[in-house]
Amino acid sequence: MIRLAVVSGKGGTGKTVLTGAIAHLCNRPRVMVDCDVDAANLELLLHPRILERKDFAGMEAACIDTTQCTACGICSDACRFDAIRIHGGDYAVETGRCEGCGVCRLICPAGAVSMQPRVCGEIFYSETRYGDLVHARLAPGAANSGLLVAEIKKIALSRNGDCDLMLIDGPPGIGCPLISTITGTDQVLVVTEPSVSALHDLERVVQVSRSLRTKVSVVINKHDLNPRISGTIREFCRREDLVFRGEIPYDESVMEAVRTARPVTEDTVPAAEAIHTIWDDMSHDLW
Amino acid sequence: MKIAVASGKGGTGKSMVAANLAFSLSVAEPVTLFDCDVEEPNLHLFFPEDQPEVSSVSILVPDVDPDRCTLCGECARFCAFGALVAARDRVLFFPLHCHSCGGCMVACPAGAIRETPRQIGTVTERSISPNLLLVTGTLNEGEVLGVKVIRAAKGRAGAESWIIFDASPGTSCPVVETLEGADFCILVTESTPFGLHDLALAYDVTLQKGIPSGVVVNRSDGRDDVVHRFCNEKNIPVLAVIPFERKIAEIQGSGDLIARRDPAWKDRFCAIGRACRSLMEGGA
Repeated sequence: MIRLAVVSGKGGTGKTVLTGAIAHLCNRPRVMVDCDVDAANLELLLHPRILERKDFAGMEAACIDTTQCTACGICSDACRFDAIRIHGGDYAVETGRCEGCGVCRLICPAGAVSMQPRVCGEIFYSETRYGDLVHARLAPGAANSGLLVAEIKKIALSRNGDCDLMLIDGPPGIGCPLISTITGTDQVLVVTEPSVSALHDLERVVQVSRSLRTKVSVVINKHDLNPRISGTIREFCRREDLVFRGEIPYDESVMEAVRTARPVTEDTVPAAEAIHTIWDDMSHDLW
Repeated sequence: MKIAVASGKGGTGKSMVAANLAFSLSVAEPVTLFDCDVEEPNLHLFFPEDQPEVSSVSILVPDVDPDRCTLCGECARFCAFGALVAARDRVLFFPLHCHSCGGCMVACPAGAIRETPRQIGTVTERSISPNLLLVTGTLNEGEVLGVKVIRAAKGRAGAESWIIFDASPGTSCPVVETLEGADFCILVTESTPFGLHDLALAYDVTLQKGIPSGVVVNRSDGRDDVVHRFCNEKNIPVLAVIPFERKIAEIQGSGDLIARRDPAWKDRFCAIGRACRSLMEGGA
């Protein structure tokens, strides 16, 4: 199985649009995984029929039993995450800030702290027209996004390990969820666009991908919005010895396809044709 | 007044709004702009490079003294993150798993663990103009504890008239940390199913934090009914609608600001700032 993650560094460059298009174009058995767990949008294009749903339990969270608490405040001072605060005379854990380390339980002289399981989100296993989809919803404001990403990738691997392709829609950024997303992938496809911000973010996501020893390839979306910066990006790819996969033109029909919640490649439009060429070239290379 | 700019979905124009708002307000009043998107900070790309002052952000991590360590394994049993493993002849430490909670030091019965700083990022201050200071948090590549860098950057906030926090995309811990202490949150969205879906999630986070919010619709093609309907239902004020124009995309893409190019935009962003202030005062 080839594991391919579509990432970007900067948000909003077109990861989900491209992932949806590849899900549509690929003619091999495939499983899709939406690793952008805080703002999962792939389901809006693939219209999954949910087969199974389960809670996602993240790290345990501390809980203070106010009947035993003597309000000495030692836990609050020791908490490095500023998660224990006093409200109306009682110390309480702000669950959203608690990382589940257990220091408060370790040091509480009254034995008033316990660690309790917490639900941080939901995991869905679904079927779509193009293959199965594993997706999730992190509770708004919750922690543990990296753990949730690892969990849904594991589910896809164990249930659809016989597929030829695991196609991952990645999160923006370069932190915990991104590292969890690209760990163990064979290749990342970075979607960038010609702006100073996207170029800056591309450089950082490439560094992180390389340190995780995955092959990096690049595609420029909306390349004609700024031909000069597109040239700089191509030059960066040459210098860094990255595989340059091609360019997608700015095309209003992409927005139209998103509005009607379909992969853009269902229509014959300039952006779809460019994605066709890019994917033909990539699949030739992958298999 | 502390304003956070968030969105849920990436690429809707948070940085564009934050940078233009800070630039516009700083013409008349002191502003400090915080780039809290520490994984991919970009705001400095929109301002001329001055002499940046860089300081490092470190976390404390365990350093096990092999002479005192009895290999009892208490530290490894305590560590909820799997950062310490007691092997046969020594304790192994995996720095990227460490959340710097300090618990191993407390758990060690032999007093063999002390803490030592490990750098995970930087905070950079740039004086853009006499009235505008930009504070950028940057997480080192390969590191995961962005929240610590956000907290270090935000620690520089003083008593300026306007403090603006530009958040990362998403709705998880980095965004929660950025919203901490904010008086008002601007939610930037675009009129697509993606934008609306993620706006709803980001709005939930502001509700949880008890922070009043308003919406800026960006890259509008005039078909924003779904966003207006959502805002009406939830009673969220729409602060501004910024049209999609190729020219705006070009200005932004090349690292310039529409408020710098066109005084009419500067006035519009000042009006957004004033609207936030009156909504906060009205809500308080």
